[in-house]
Amino acid sequence: MKQVFGRPESLVDVASHFCPGCHHGTIHRLVAEAIDHYGVREETIGAASVGCSVFMYDYFDIDVVESPHGRSPAVATGVKRSNPEKFVLLYQGDGDLAAIGTAEIIHAANRGEPLTVIFVNNTVYGMTGGQMAPTTMLGQRTTTSPYGREFSQDGYPIKITEMLAQLEGVAYAARVAVDTPAHLAKAKKAIFAAFEAQVEKRGMGMVEILSSCPTNWGMNAIEANKRIETEMIPYFPLGVFKERKGSDFF
Amino acid sequence: MTKSFEKGNVAIAKAAVSAGCLYYFGYPITPQSDIPEYLSGVLPGLGGQFVQAESEVASINMLLGAGSTGKRAMTSSSSPGISLKQEGISYMAGSEIPGVIVNIQRSGPGLGGISASQGDYFQSTRGGGHGDYRTIVLAPATVQEMYDLTILAFDLSDKYRIPSMILADAMLGQMKEPLDEWKPELGIDYGHSEWILTGAKGRERRRVKSLYLGDGDLAEHNWRLAEKHKRIAENETRASVDIPEDAELVVTAFGSAARIARTAVDRAREEGHSVGMLRPITLWPFPAEEFVKVGEKGTPILAVELNTGQMVEDVEIAVKGASKVSFCGYPPGYLPSPDEIYEKIMEILKGEEN
Amino acid sequence: MNYASIMAGFGGQGILMIGNLLSIGALEQGLGCTYFPSYGVEMRGGTANCTVTISDKEVGSPVTARPDGVIAMNGPSVDKFGPRVKEGGFLLINTDMAQDEKFSKDGVNVLRIGCNTIATELGNPKLASMVALGAFVEKTGIVTIDSLVQALPRVLPEKAHKLIPLNEKALKAGAKYAAEN
Repeated sequence: MKQVFGRPESLVDVASHFCPGCHHGTIHRLVAEAIDHYGVREETIGAASVGCSVFMYDYFDIDVVESPHGRSPAVATGVKRSNPEKFVLLYQGDGDLAAIGTAEIIHAANRGEPLTVIFVNNTVYGMTGGQMAPTTMLGQRTTTSPYGREFSQDGYPIKITEMLAQLEGVAYAARVAVDTPAHLAKAKKAIFAAFEAQVEKRGMGMVEILSSCPTNWGMNAIEANKRIETEMIPYFPLGVFKERKGSDFF
Repeated sequence: MTKSFEKGNVAIAKAAVSAGCLYYFGYPITPQSDIPEYLSGVLPGLGGQFVQAESEVASINMLLGAGSTGKRAMTSSSSPGISLKQEGISYMAGSEIPGVIVNIQRSGPGLGGISASQGDYFQSTRGGGHGDYRTIVLAPATVQEMYDLTILAFDLSDKYRIPSMILADAMLGQMKEPLDEWKPELGIDYGHSEWILTGAKGRERRRVKSLYLGDGDLAEHNWRLAEKHKRIAENETRASVDIPEDAELVVTAFGSAARIARTAVDRAREEGHSVGMLRPITLWPFPAEEFVKVGEKGTPILAVELNTGQMVEDVEIAVKGASKVSFCGYPPGYLPSPDEIYEKIMEILKGEEN
Repeated sequence: MNYASIMAGFGGQGILMIGNLLSIGALEQGLGCTYFPSYGVEMRGGTANCTVTISDKEVGSPVTARPDGVIAMNGPSVDKFGPRVKEGGFLLINTDMAQDEKFSKDGVNVLRIGCNTIATELGNPKLASMVALGAFVEKTGIVTIDSLVQALPRVLPEKAHKLIPLNEKALKAGAKYAAEN
């Protein structure tokens, strides 16, 4: 009998700690498929971040170095500069990449570090228990925005992918979601493109993935999926914001 | 071989290259910028990388990244920048990642000034960042030692998988002295390379991390680090000891303060007084045993520092009251002359100390 | 032997250059040497000084409150460092830039010399500091003029090597003046 579905080789066969309905597991799978597809598992060094995403070193069957909160683009720069032949993978959440690590991601991107960045945006600090993130939607109630996020107090949800797309060092920047099969297929394509940007040494490849956090949103999995479509995508539009082919711009 | 005549900062940069360090990550700050300036010219030609980072925070984390792959790498800064690096140093200590950090101290607290200071003794020797850890701290006192101890810092860092720090200051960084640029043996096998990240080719994946959430795992990790610290203290403590049998007083100082104190001690000796000199070379591990020996004889000790009193606390801890410990401190903005320290020595010898 | 000297003047007068030359000259003679420049927040202009300590053993303090010898290339340097010269020490005053005939200190040997005038006679006023150093080593004997001449190629940048003979002339003109005054 022909097997049509299975666990990607680069994903370790363990139960994850992720909550029911959380999209991290789905995203891990897509990333693992990309590692397998490009055959880079044995050449990959991951730079883990801080937050729910930290456990990438338990789930991906690759070498991983832990980074301080927000600093994985700098850690990854150190890895890549001293090991240009290795494939370097980053997996960051919104608190990590878009708040405390803003300087690190912008400058790594601007230097054109050939890194692959998976940016998981679930509009909340998940691991610490649901505090307001830089990507929290206006009106969204969190444990530190109990009356709902108010722009005069907290500013607007930050659109990182649009910002990074402006930088010359970025070869690929896209925003995707994994809430529907159709979105999932596009997400996979985008993640593969972000891998290719590094494999072809074109510069940074990054994908922002709109993700659910049912636990901290106070929703069940279905409601959480729906929120992505009704609230998040209208503000965080999906699409490819940057795609530069060839290495002529370096 | 003809000796070169080099600035202390340049001696450190040259030593890094001699030690096989091909990767440097840093951010400009006075009075250490000669280091990145030199390395930015040299490393690319050696197949290495010089990265001027967006911040001190980023540069220490680049060091962490390069170190996790077993590559020799370095960052350098001066006091305010070293404060910013503490987060990364703590992670490196926790994850047991080697790397060399150079602190050409200027003065604080805050923005302070750019004059020489030894105000970062506590920060350097107590870990500096969060958590229960130490870093090896080497305190050169000559341009030659800036070179020699930088090479040693790389060796010890690799040997024990621990960040090593060179603690010098603006005076040592800016002054020039003759330098013998010897070449060390490279590629020493310390018998533990099975942690280095190279990609999980044909082996189990490796994880370099400091997060331990399992029951008792973190306590065990901390105890293991403590054991390592003990081993380092037993094997790597260094001091320059010049104490006559009949010493009436022992002067202790490190780095540039030791240079100034040395001239004062020599003058006292020329005038017939028996005065000893004890200069810690490793600030952590602190050469406590040497002070215990002084304490056993009850010889008074004078600690001289370019701060308001930091190392003197380690001296007091070591002698446990067995010797009278005096302190002579010069906070930043002013460099003492040997004469001032000589006067203090004479006060103590004549029993006139206030 | 432990000899601490300070050379001081305006930025651009070649103060750090002669400090380096004296240092390398000492190395050429197999002596120990430490050169410590003053440095400040300003990158250009202002005052410049450096301390050069020469010893037949390892140099102790790179700084001194009582220099054995001082080269004062301008008025402010005479005011600042003149009074600090050790008893039995030596002070060189460049009279072209310091109209201070008043300075005297008991036990300090003072040489007044118009370094700029002599340098201009040689064809380049920029050589004034070389004239001063030549006079300084002639009077103090801490290193020989020959050592300084040998050290010139190590101190002058490659593009200035064609000026080595002129620098040598300036050192010797300073020494000659010092020998005669």
